[in-house]
Amino acid sequence: MRQYLLSVYQPDGDPPPPEILDPIMAELGKLNEEMRAAGAWVFACGLHPASTATVLRDQVMTDGPFTEGKEHLGGFTVINAPDLDAALDWGRRMSAILRPPLSIEVRPVV
Amino acid sequence: MTEIAGRVSEIERIFRAEYGRAVAVLTRHFGDLDVAEEAVQDAFVTAVRRWPELGIPPSPAGWIITTARNRAIDRLRRESARPSLEAAASGPDETSAAEWEDDMLRLIFTCCHPALAPAARVALTLRLLGGLSTGEIARAFLVPEATMAQRISRAKGKIRDAGIPYRVPRDADLPARLSGVLAVLYLIFNEGYAASAGDTLTRPDLTAEAIRLARTLVALMPDEPEARGLLALMLLIEARRPARTDAAGDLVLLADQDCGRWNGPLIDEGRTLLRACLRRNRPGPYQIQAAINAVHADASATNGTDWPQILLLYDQLAALTPTPVVALHRAVALAEVEGPAAALEIVDGLPGLDGYHVRDVVRADLLRRLGRAGEAAAAYEEAADQAGNEAERRFLRGRANALRPPGPGS
Repeated sequence: MRQYLLSVYQPDGDPPPPEILDPIMAELGKLNEEMRAAGAWVFACGLHPASTATVLRDQVMTDGPFTEGKEHLGGFTVINAPDLDAALDWGRRMSAILRPPLSIEVRPVV
Repeated sequence: MTEIAGRVSEIERIFRAEYGRAVAVLTRHFGDLDVAEEAVQDAFVTAVRRWPELGIPPSPAGWIITTARNRAIDRLRRESARPSLEAAASGPDETSAAEWEDDMLRLIFTCCHPALAPAARVALTLRLLGGLSTGEIARAFLVPEATMAQRISRAKGKIRDAGIPYRVPRDADLPARLSGVLAVLYLIFNEGYAASAGDTLTRPDLTAEAIRLARTLVALMPDEPEARGLLALMLLIEARRPARTDAAGDLVLLADQDCGRWNGPLIDEGRTLLRACLRRNRPGPYQIQAAINAVHADASATNGTDWPQILLLYDQLAALTPTPVVALHRAVALAEVEGPAAALEIVDGLPGLDGYHVRDVVRADLLRRLGRAGEAAAAYEEAADQAGNEAERRFLRGRANALRPPGPGS
């Protein structure tokens, strides 16, 4: 069994209002439950906004996220999957809940 | 030709015909594309050394696969750094020809996996299934060999590290995945048919390779009408290639082509294939495009093109694939049925075609037929600037110049 990192990239700025966000989070919770039941779920979390990030490089500390731009990592899930097709199936389910402009990046864990 | 020289050229033929299958079988044994490729290449080196003297074995493919497998096991034992691979190969070899066919399909679907970039799918397909060398593929696509080598090794790296599976997709995914495979083969064919760069209009080596791969796919998936439709489409288009350029290498339009130079046997084969797949009554874009080309092939000097029939087929195609490019080609048929004014109105309303030189060619021709010579010349110039190959640019500039009134300086 391999492991894959499913990263959620989202635009910076305020999250959508509760009437939009709440049903999305409920759907996501259901998907996480389904992953657990299938033995695929390893870890999942959401992140505070990129503006709260701190970067360290060569002992120098800088405020803000490492990458520039208007979109940043907003959360991630680590899953077990037999191959990329299986990982992409879960990624597709996630992408159906977290619709554009949000994007899901699927990347194999070493 | 001496007997030995004859055998050498026979080995070349066998290499092209069997390379993909041997790599496919070895990949299943060892789970690694590089191990499989090295082993198959080793086996062919051995064949070139032995077969000219000893003669060609009764089952060349079986000989290559067995030799390659033994070579790979020897090599892995020597390196012994990959015990897992060796373990995978230690079982008895009881594979049948039917299983080899499944391996070919697995390899095709792996090479054309949608998680790989389209250019990488094309390169991998030509390399692993077609047995073309990296240098040959680089020359065909006019990129430096180092660039192509990197593209191929990156794609293999992704297959290995991201875990792209080596299998035929499950039924639910098959239609979408098969259409991805067909798209890769058609891309190879189109690059050969209308080169996107370079001096010459066509590259027959690429069209021939695309047709060979499509024949393989049809043999592997005989129940898929779209695969057969694609092969029919390629054959019907390829049949006209001899008439598409004149002695100077210049483009000749379909309407001006000498149909006596079309390849009759290819047209007959294309028609037969098309009839067979249409009978299944599962129409798809490739079958419809093949049907359109079959109607073109029916036209002769005495018997004009049945444009209303072609327009009807484009209506069907546009219903299945409602893209601006299909709408553009439909407009060409519409011009023949309803006149250039109606067609121009449609063409000018199509979104997303800026920079697509075929749109400017079509506009230029419609403007010319409407007597708007100045605008037509400008549109031909614009198309020439965007055309990829020199033969097409020459043709379009010639058209533009013919429309311009002789100026005071000429």
